[in-house]
Amino acid sequence: MFENLSKKLFGKSLWLYHCNTGACNGCDIEILNVLTPYYDVERFGMKLVASPRHADVMLLSGAVTRPTLPLVKKAYDALPNPKLVFGVGSCATGGGCWFDSYNVTGGAAGVVPVNYFIPGCPPRPEAIIYAVALALGLVDKQVAPVELKQMEFPIDVYERNKAWEERNTIYQLIQD
Amino acid sequence: MWLTSKIKQVLMVIKPGVVTLNYPFEKRPVPENFRGAPYWDHEKCIGCGGCANHCPARTILVRDICQEIRVMVYDGSRCTYCGRCADVCPENAITMTDRYELATDDRQDLNESMELFMLTCQRCGRCYDMENVNMIDRMDLQGYRYDNIEARAFIRKTTDRFDPEMLKKTAEYKRPSKIGE
Repeated sequence: MFENLSKKLFGKSLWLYHCNTGACNGCDIEILNVLTPYYDVERFGMKLVASPRHADVMLLSGAVTRPTLPLVKKAYDALPNPKLVFGVGSCATGGGCWFDSYNVTGGAAGVVPVNYFIPGCPPRPEAIIYAVALALGLVDKQVAPVELKQMEFPIDVYERNKAWEERNTIYQLIQD
Repeated sequence: MWLTSKIKQVLMVIKPGVVTLNYPFEKRPVPENFRGAPYWDHEKCIGCGGCANHCPARTILVRDICQEIRVMVYDGSRCTYCGRCADVCPENAITMTDRYELATDDRQDLNESMELFMLTCQRCGRCYDMENVNMIDRMDLQGYRYDNIEARAFIRKTTDRFDPEMLKKTAEYKRPSKIGE
């Protein structure tokens, strides 16, 4: 009975382990900002823990650099199953400005399976809470791939040719 | 005494009241000049590629699949939202919106692709050099561009005439994993 009760009460309370993999500290400050009284993420039962063995969720920030690569893999393996990985910031989602640099593996998705991506440089604290709410199923996803197509020619060719002729009458006058 | 100090604490906390924002259910307006996700207007775009030249994260890729059609892809997963593309656009086709709720479980959701009709200039093929401010840029980048869209690779090779062989070669581009590959 106690087990059922605890499952019901703590079923959705995620414990977070914050892993900096070569970020500039912008995303890390925003993650700490989420825990302040204004954006109180503890109302979802969340808590930052120091050890990956206590955590359910890993918050990855930063493009995974070459020296941190084995450490990130180790930390990911230390998380008990089932586990979630959040990529916080543009660097973790796609590699940021350094996606093709020699010292960077190009985003966290190439190293560990990332479940939720939070783009932004750095993401607003609301955006991080939004991702958390998305993981809990409180809100719906707001983005989708966009494909745009020009259906007709943007500039009228005839008008343009006419303007060209008008502009060049001066040369004809000189010739005459 | 500890009890009086606790009562004092409670009184201190009552004064400001509850400050927590009940975020996913109640929203706060974004600050002024906030730069969120960029928005492309494909009706205004002339396809000059100035945004692709200036993007610090090379999120905007340009590929000419034939002489008249140019495909532009915006890969939002590595965008830093600096707003340089909106600054540089001569037609004001790019605006920075205030959308920031972009969290997804799939990276493909952040992409935006555009298919544009292009005119052929009668003198030089393509002459949109107003965005290439310094001389090195102007020598470097010519009319036709062949970035690989599948691998999301920015290839710094351009030609003044449309080159089908280059198009084929860049379609199989792979990021080198070892030195000298």
